[in-house]
Amino acid sequence: FRGRTDDSEDVKLRFATCQSLWNQMKLETEQVQEDLNKQLFDNLVSFLRRSHSESQEKATEWTCQMKTREIPTAALVLGVNVTDHDLTFRSLSEVLQNSVTPYIALLEAKDCPGIKNLMQKLIGQLMNCYVDVDSFEDEDYVQVSQNRIRCSMTSLINWYGSVTKKTDSETPSKKRTSSSRHWQSPPVVVVFKDMESFTTRVLQDFIVISSQHIHELPLVLIFGIATSPMIIHNLLPHSVSSLLCIELFQSLSCKEHLSTIIDKLLLTAHFPFKLGEKVLQVLINIFLYHDFSVQNFIKGFQLCIVEHFYSQPLSVLCCQLVDAKKRVNSLSHSQCENIRRLPSFRRYVESQVSEKQIALLTADGFLKEVIQKLLEDLHVYHANYMPVLRCLHIFTSSLPKYPLGKQIRELHCACLENRVWETEEYESSLQLARMLNKSDLVTMLQQCVEILMSSSGKEFDKTVEKLKEFLTQFQKLEGEAFQERDVSVSSQKELQKKTDLYHLQKSLLELKESRRSKKLTKFEVLRFELVDYIDSLVRNYLVPADHKTLHEIMYFNTASVLREHLNAAPRIALHTALNNPYCYLENQALKSDGGSISNKAPDICIVYKLHLECGRLINLSDWLEAFSTVVTGAEGPNADAASSDQVDDVIHARFIRAVSELELLGFIKPSKQKADHVARLTWGGC
Amino acid sequence: GAKVRKDKTQLADSAKRFVKKLENISDEEAQEILEEKNYVAALGICARGSMGNGSGVSGGEVYSFQTPKRSSKMAELASELAQTPGQSVEPGHSECPEKTGKTPQNSTWKCNSKKKEAVSATPYRLRKRLPVPDLYLESESEYSASCSEEEDEEDQQEVNTVSSGQKTPAKTKASCMPPPRNTLARKNKKDKMSNLVEEYFEAHSSSKVHTSDRMLQKLRKRRLDQQTLHDLLKKAPLAYAAEIKDLNQQHESLFSKWMLQLHLGFNIVLYGLGSKRDLLEKFRTSVLQDSVHLVVNGYFPSITVRSILNSITEEVLDHIGTFRSPLDQLEFIIKNFREDSSLELYVLIHNLDSQMLRGERSQQILAQLSSLPSIYLIASIDHINAPLMWDQAKLSLYNWLWYETTTFKPYVEETSYENSLLVQQSGSLALSSLTHVLRSLTSNARGIFRLLAQYQLENKDNPSYPGLSFQDFYQQCREAFLVNSDLTLRAQLTEFRDHKLIRTKRGADGVEYLLIPIDDSTLTDFLEKEDEDI
Repeated sequence: FRGRTDDSEDVKLRFATCQSLWNQMKLETEQVQEDLNKQLFDNLVSFLRRSHSESQEKATEWTCQMKTREIPTAALVLGVNVTDHDLTFRSLSEVLQNSVTPYIALLEAKDCPGIKNLMQKLIGQLMNCYVDVDSFEDEDYVQVSQNRIRCSMTSLINWYGSVTKKTDSETPSKKRTSSSRHWQSPPVVVVFKDMESFTTRVLQDFIVISSQHIHELPLVLIFGIATSPMIIHNLLPHSVSSLLCIELFQSLSCKEHLSTIIDKLLLTAHFPFKLGEKVLQVLINIFLYHDFSVQNFIKGFQLCIVEHFYSQPLSVLCCQLVDAKKRVNSLSHSQCENIRRLPSFRRYVESQVSEKQIALLTADGFLKEVIQKLLEDLHVYHANYMPVLRCLHIFTSSLPKYPLGKQIRELHCACLENRVWETEEYESSLQLARMLNKSDLVTMLQQCVEILMSSSGKEFDKTVEKLKEFLTQFQKLEGEAFQERDVSVSSQKELQKKTDLYHLQKSLLELKESRRSKKLTKFEVLRFELVDYIDSLVRNYLVPADHKTLHEIMYFNTASVLREHLNAAPRIALHTALNNPYCYLENQALKSDGGSISNKAPDICIVYKLHLECGRLINLSDWLEAFSTVVTGAEGPNADAASSDQVDDVIHARFIRAVSELELLGFIKPSKQKADHVARLTWGGC
Repeated sequence: GAKVRKDKTQLADSAKRFVKKLENISDEEAQEILEEKNYVAALGICARGSMGNGSGVSGGEVYSFQTPKRSSKMAELASELAQTPGQSVEPGHSECPEKTGKTPQNSTWKCNSKKKEAVSATPYRLRKRLPVPDLYLESESEYSASCSEEEDEEDQQEVNTVSSGQKTPAKTKASCMPPPRNTLARKNKKDKMSNLVEEYFEAHSSSKVHTSDRMLQKLRKRRLDQQTLHDLLKKAPLAYAAEIKDLNQQHESLFSKWMLQLHLGFNIVLYGLGSKRDLLEKFRTSVLQDSVHLVVNGYFPSITVRSILNSITEEVLDHIGTFRSPLDQLEFIIKNFREDSSLELYVLIHNLDSQMLRGERSQQILAQLSSLPSIYLIASIDHINAPLMWDQAKLSLYNWLWYETTTFKPYVEETSYENSLLVQQSGSLALSSLTHVLRSLTSNARGIFRLLAQYQLENKDNPSYPGLSFQDFYQQCREAFLVNSDLTLRAQLTEFRDHKLIRTKRGADGVEYLLIPIDDSTLTDFLEKEDEDI
């Protein structure tokens, strides 16, 4: 039912491919997210266990109990990308529910304007989650949670006591299952999702109250913090923060998160769908300059996929190679025509001999064969591209000043943009690579070999061998290096012997000469060879994708669409529409040069233009006068009956409409400073 | 003469000092600016692409700081615009445009001439107010010219003749610029930055705003009420109907794409000049015929989030009952939609940025609503500052896809509720809004209003009718069994007052008088319509 406008027959197939691809990718990103959070969550869980067991131990000793008014607290520093936090918290609560305790309450600042609301929310959540645990008693507890009459700490404690007692006195089987997952008296975890936006009063009150009851209720707090841990001390006075026993947890930075996502989604040969350079650039820019939100990045990515499959009829072929080959065989004639229309395919045809050209352009069967071969080429290209890209990244990422960028995504963009070996940055990075020292080179080589070995491409056997050869040669050099050092030492000794100033100068000059003319050491020769070899690899494998035939099938490259939808500029659109209506209404009468507009523009444009000339206040009657001057001027000299009442009324009405439209748009507002005046709300323009 | 010069040099000195300070700051900021530029460039490259709808304007030039403007400039521009009648004038006929140029001039400048005399009488103050030369070369020249009317006339004629040769106004201004340039040349070197700063402070220094003192009443034009306005506008032909239609057809081709994207979890927001109501209506009738949908007229002056939520719970979920707070209601809705996956709802909101919906809390609720996977939201925004309503959290909940749909259609419906500047002043409230508001009230409340309206109509021939006093009104209401205590009546009246249906006035004797600020014809219309309904 999700009809697409174009009339091609494999719409459904395309949609299915799109969906399955997106689902795969979504799974992958979720996997990544989980992996990244695992470490953090493990730490948190162990913290919770520890805090709880400690308090239990201490509960046995009266002396300690006096001291422990402190609530164990975990401060979770999550970074500024607030929008991603929700997901983190959701998975966190899941993890905790499975491993530590069923009693978790997630609180948000917007639900808790006062301590009363907070308690209500808290108790509601806790009791509901209890209902979830054993459902056969829910009538009883639903009632409790609905009453909500006395939402006090005591009722909470009573509830907790009854619940824990019940689980203890449950049937043995029940007890075993529950105690295997949780302890006998599991802690109650309260998560403050956005600590910064809570009012201090509420937080303080809550902490003070709950610290009074910490013995009866094993409470653990988790603060979600977006800025820095200092905020706790800024928000809470010392008397309150001393009641907390805070441990700090740092989540992974969103940038690292993004690079792993890019690594997993884009820099693999698993997914047939690829992003073009500009699109990727736009997405990364939005991330870096606007929100730091990985979630939004993924959303943009999803939009890319949808757009690609929606607008490109040939995207049917954007799937795994095996399927793609099958689908090529069943292509219709119109689809073949579509392929023939692709610019990259045209280039390919032009490079062929004439008979083949004719065959390609006329015979569908032959075309299909060729397409299959080309698709295979494209897949092989991807399979080769990624490992080589990683190798190159290893070399360039350790260079000083990072001429090709620190992150692999920057390198990826550079490679996609144009032939990377023609850029200045590449040149300079090669220069720098020629000056690397040996130990670095050896480790890099080892890394490269690992990458290439792990990749599936068959063509890499030779390269691996070659690189290994380099490696052994470097290691051989180790011995020779000692000898060289001896030589240099001896020459220095000679230097020291000669104390005469003149001789010294002479010998220094000689030394210099010899250095200059001296043949390169073996190591240097080898280094040059290696760099040249890497260079050749790059030239071979890192051809930009636009140069490949049929790249349109896999690459989404219309960045403007993406920008428009994700990073729109409504004000600019309004501005152009008002200043230059010709952009939208392509009528010759509206065409004008420079900043001016013609007097035939729509009313609102004229009114807008006139109001630009005014100061803070606008006199409506002047405005009306000016407007009618313009409009009558536009109607030309033949409208000599301009003074007649009828026309004037119409103009008046038009003026009223235009002014109220401007008011709706927020350019002006009524003002009480002076009669018949309106205030302007924007400045500049033209 | 000499004193003016002195003032100027002083100003120049201070400006220079300012520039120095600015340079210090700007060194530190240079890096940042550079990065920003890179960013703009990176984004900008992609902008000029397939999209012909020119979004290639850089932000800086769109809405900058306030700069001082002269009051007469609007009239000037108007006459200039009127003088350049586009392509229709042949360059040979130089008398014709001169004539058309002069007639409007005479009419618009009748009152300005007095002002100009004032200008020439107090030149010192004005010169002080124009210390920044670069942008104001032209203004200076015009002011110096305006000292004598003849010169002004000459200049004006020069403009006329040039403009008949199809030159742009900018060029004509340049032609009358040269003479004062020499005296000001040395100041031209100054930074553009200092210009901006100076302008900014100048614009904010004096709280006095110089506008002419003319009033609309002097135009001897009768005020238009909503109905006549509407009729008049119907008579006026819509300009460029064909082009607008083309434009709209372009947008309509996107409907199926919207559907797809809505189903994939995005929500759609439309922006751009022109009413998007018709477009959304068309979308609704063409695509959403068979599905459950809710249309919210955000421009309606008394719409609230609560009413939106109510209509969802009552009409879509068939739930009868009230909720303690919108949050509870929202929770109920979310729970229902989560549990029943077959439930789907399309929500169309015209003017999501209207007065009533732009509040933080209402946006939060709407955002949470829209984040439900089975609620599809498509909304339109018009206000230039509308995107400021949303912070990152709300944006991620909304999950917007932006679509530029510039339609150039007049905002007929949207502005009919707006207490429009020119209509409202006559005190008339549109009949339609009156009925809309009253329809949402209880029958007793309507009865109360009727009583007042009838009483007012009975007294319409009395020019000194002060209104109905509260006590009398209370008696009448009691007799008609509409209220049982004066407290209930007061509560009711407060509600009327909030909707601007009535006005209270205290008479000389301290008695409260109630008045409906609507003209009699509308009121009669209203009563007739009410009678029909009953």
